[in-house]
Amino acid sequence: MNKNNSSKITAAVLLILLFGLVIFLEQVIRPTDEWAMLLSCLRMGSVYALVAVSMNLLNGFTGLFSLGQAGFMLIGAYTYAIFSIPLDLKDSVYTFYDYSVKISFPEVLGNVFGGFGMITGVLVSIILAGIITAMAAFLIGLPVLRLRSDYLAIATLGFAEIIRAVFLWGRLGPVTNGSNPLRRFTRTSDFTMDVGNTTLTLGTTTIMIIAAACIFVIILLVNSSYGRVFKAIREDEIAAEAMGINLYKHKQLSFCISSFFTGVGGALLAIFMGTVMASNFMAAMTYEFLLIIVLGGIGSISGSVVGAMLFVFASQWWLRWLDSGIITLFGTRYILPNTIFRSGFRLVVFSVIIMCVVLFFRRGLMGDKELPYYWNKLKSRIMARKPKAGESNG
Amino acid sequence: MNLFDIIMPYIIAGLSVGGQYALIAIGYTMVYGILRLINFAHGDVFMISGLVMIYVAAEVPLYISIPIVIAIIMVIGFTIERVAYKPLRNAPRMSVMISAIGVSYLLQNLALYLTGGLARRYPTIPWISDSIVFIGITTRRVTVITPFLVVAMVVVLVWLINHTKTGIAMRAVAKDFETSQLMGIKINSVISSTFAIGTFLAVAGSFLFFSNFPSVFPAAGAMPGLKAFVAAVFGGIGSIPGAVLGGLLIGVFESLIKGADIILGPAGFGIIRTPMELATFSDAFTFVLLVIVLIFKPTGLFGDKPTEKV
Repeated sequence: MNKNNSSKITAAVLLILLFGLVIFLEQVIRPTDEWAMLLSCLRMGSVYALVAVSMNLLNGFTGLFSLGQAGFMLIGAYTYAIFSIPLDLKDSVYTFYDYSVKISFPEVLGNVFGGFGMITGVLVSIILAGIITAMAAFLIGLPVLRLRSDYLAIATLGFAEIIRAVFLWGRLGPVTNGSNPLRRFTRTSDFTMDVGNTTLTLGTTTIMIIAAACIFVIILLVNSSYGRVFKAIREDEIAAEAMGINLYKHKQLSFCISSFFTGVGGALLAIFMGTVMASNFMAAMTYEFLLIIVLGGIGSISGSVVGAMLFVFASQWWLRWLDSGIITLFGTRYILPNTIFRSGFRLVVFSVIIMCVVLFFRRGLMGDKELPYYWNKLKSRIMARKPKAGESNG
Repeated sequence: MNLFDIIMPYIIAGLSVGGQYALIAIGYTMVYGILRLINFAHGDVFMISGLVMIYVAAEVPLYISIPIVIAIIMVIGFTIERVAYKPLRNAPRMSVMISAIGVSYLLQNLALYLTGGLARRYPTIPWISDSIVFIGITTRRVTVITPFLVVAMVVVLVWLINHTKTGIAMRAVAKDFETSQLMGIKINSVISSTFAIGTFLAVAGSFLFFSNFPSVFPAAGAMPGLKAFVAAVFGGIGSIPGAVLGGLLIGVFESLIKGADIILGPAGFGIIRTPMELATFSDAFTFVLLVIVLIFKPTGLFGDKPTEKV
């Protein structure tokens, strides 16, 4: 018990240090710096981590092979955007329609309570995005969750396409702006706070804190009795049913909770991207998240987080030189032939790496274990080595 | 103008595109029947065959390039099976499906790299791309001949499966993987020939499809691939006639919904007064159909009933 508490305190201290570092970096790094890529990747990585973890809750912990993530993110992103565009800017966004949602939470609360109210308004919009996504998931789950493994996959994939078509439908234009993008809502660069006579930029920190809080809730859920029920369903549906578990109820619960957080992830993606367009939420997006959780290890939450960060950092930043053909090694600039090193090469190399992971490291980086397991293993290995070293000396 | 004249062009276009879906769907249904694997990469193989055709046809005359393309794509299909699926033969089904998704991701990124992300124009195949007038409708010849061509190919395929040694082996493997292995059937060669046939039909489908919609871009295979899979599920997965029927039905429905505003509007049935922009749902309706079939008849129209073993 004591040891458990101390490790929790260590984790909390590490997290606070991490966030302190991010806040510090965010003040130091200017948007034009080369290192601005770090912040951008951190933002995108935390959004991807949240969606990957919620997908893992469904695919890895409950054993429901669902491929509807892109559709649920779409609902979340649109809900957030619709309820966050300031009223006087709505006419410039809904150019072909008369907008019908005449409220903007960040604006309303921001006018009353200032900067703090604006953030509360954003949170209200985000939570609304999650709730509406979860409600949509509940309705979709009614027919779909009775299907078997790969039929479930293809049916959820189908529903994602249906959702996309609904949001693109011209008749819903007054709400969704049809096939035109939604923009000018509260986004990363709007999260600033005036302290004294300096302005703090807190966009990256806000996104990371929200994502971390959601992931924390999922960790609590997985470790609760519900989490054990989900794992029982994953291991053997028939045995779980024989133990008195209501299969359908718990599958539906897992599906809705996962979709809630996917919706929140969609809202965060909207904040990060600044524009939302239904035609971007294709099945390929879901495949990316699936590859992330495979990379990190199916059934490992910290694996999904690490996988998402690696995926984003590698595909957006570290492998960039494959596209540009310019690489700086130990201070020397090399220019590689642009017949091979041209736009798109990075993604080819990246997908070959992913294929290698899928084929040769089927359990991913972490298998189904979490970070503390590896930490303890490392620690005990160091502990075991020390006395031996003493023996040989003596 | 009577109703027949309004609906007929959509039905003919639908049968044509449905026939092309059917050719892709056979590849899905045969692979699923044997490996229980949704081969997500199949739609991308279809797209790649469009791309290869563009590059080969730019170098050599058309009548040489068609067999070359068929050969290249069949080699690609064979390689994908050997590299990405064979090592996972004893792995859980989910791993194989993820591997298929990985291959799909790789093929799309490869196409993106080769084309630079631009849509490429498909070469015009002379005879089948000509404009003709068929029962009063002006259309391309490919539209009219596709359904007949598909039926002819399927008759040959079904004969092959019913009467050749490989075909009998395929049916045995689909029935029971392990027992047929014990009976001395060489599983790997059976699976390879399944992939070869599926890939060949996908190439044939790509010749017809891209003659009608002559632009190839990296995501061009994703939607036809998904629809073809839905067609396979609709007809009962594992059943070849079912896949063809499913493909044709999905093609016709899709085409009718594309024209729904005109068919139901004042010029047609006169049910709706203002356009409803229903064409947005032409892709989505396929999946509505899928969900309805899965709920009411989970094994499709001609599928076997699976038994659940504890």
